[in-house]
Amino acid sequence: MKHVRYLVPMGILLVLLYFLRAGLSLNPKEVPSPLIGKPAPAFSLPRLDQPEQRISRDDLRGQVWMLNVWASWCVACRQEHPLLVQYAKQSKVPIYGLNYKDERAAGMKWLADFGNPYTASISDRDGRVGIDFGVYGVPETFVIDREGVIRYKQIGPLTPEVLRDTIEPLLKQLNS
Amino acid sequence: MRQVFHLLWCKLVCVLACSSAFAVEALPASDNPALEAQVMKISTELRCLVCQNQTIADSHADLAVDLRRQVREMLQNGQNEQQVIDYMTARYGDFVLYRPPFKALTALLWIGPAVMVVVGLGTLFVVLRRRSRLADDAFEPDDKDAPNDPHLS
Repeated sequence: MKHVRYLVPMGILLVLLYFLRAGLSLNPKEVPSPLIGKPAPAFSLPRLDQPEQRISRDDLRGQVWMLNVWASWCVACRQEHPLLVQYAKQSKVPIYGLNYKDERAAGMKWLADFGNPYTASISDRDGRVGIDFGVYGVPETFVIDREGVIRYKQIGPLTPEVLRDTIEPLLKQLNS
Repeated sequence: MRQVFHLLWCKLVCVLACSSAFAVEALPASDNPALEAQVMKISTELRCLVCQNQTIADSHADLAVDLRRQVREMLQNGQNEQQVIDYMTARYGDFVLYRPPFKALTALLWIGPAVMVVVGLGTLFVVLRRRSRLADDAFEPDDKDAPNDPHLS
């Protein structure tokens, strides 16, 4: 019984180690978005390819859609892009691009060079719509449901695993 | 050798001068110093999410510049500090606040260190009190008694 008291500091140490481990396994770059489960912010922006045409949030109501935030200056977007192009070919969900803080010519050239997976891209020249969506690291991807509610947010490039294990089941659920 | 040092010194001075000039330039000027002061005050409360250990007042990241512009515009439109803070937390969450708010989720964060100090001091106090009541022979002998220690002979 005398040795039980030595177990107390040991127990405290184990608890601290547990918290340390949990803390180290978190990715500080992934900030949980307060926008999940909230209506997507309203926007009305010109199309990248036809600036005289505008697309607004309410134009996209009634369908499940994906918003992919990209820019020609964004290195990680280039890494993600082939996956997006390939996924768009399966036409499971309309993907809209938010061309974030980019030059129109550079954006158009980027799509011509690397392929265009987007149903349409809209041009957020000064990044204000980006701020409304809480964008802080491109690329980011949002899944938005029929009622216009944000259901999922991916920070950083999409991966085949995320598409298969998270986004696909979510799309099925939202479309059913 | 002296020349090399001289050259290095000149470079250093130049770098320092350039960077301080850059810092001044990075403060976006508006003609209203009171407004700018308020923008800076709010900016020091907001975290830059690109370079997470800087406030948007310190950061040169594009997003920080945009957010400062947003703060300035909201103030110009007559909104108050709380409205700006609410706007930012609605989009980026509590993480955007450099000083996390006190609520159930963050209670441990705020009172944890104080609790640990109190528990630590309390334990120390109890242990010392108990020891001071013990008889002298309850302790290990001092070094000068070492030759008498049966374990050492």
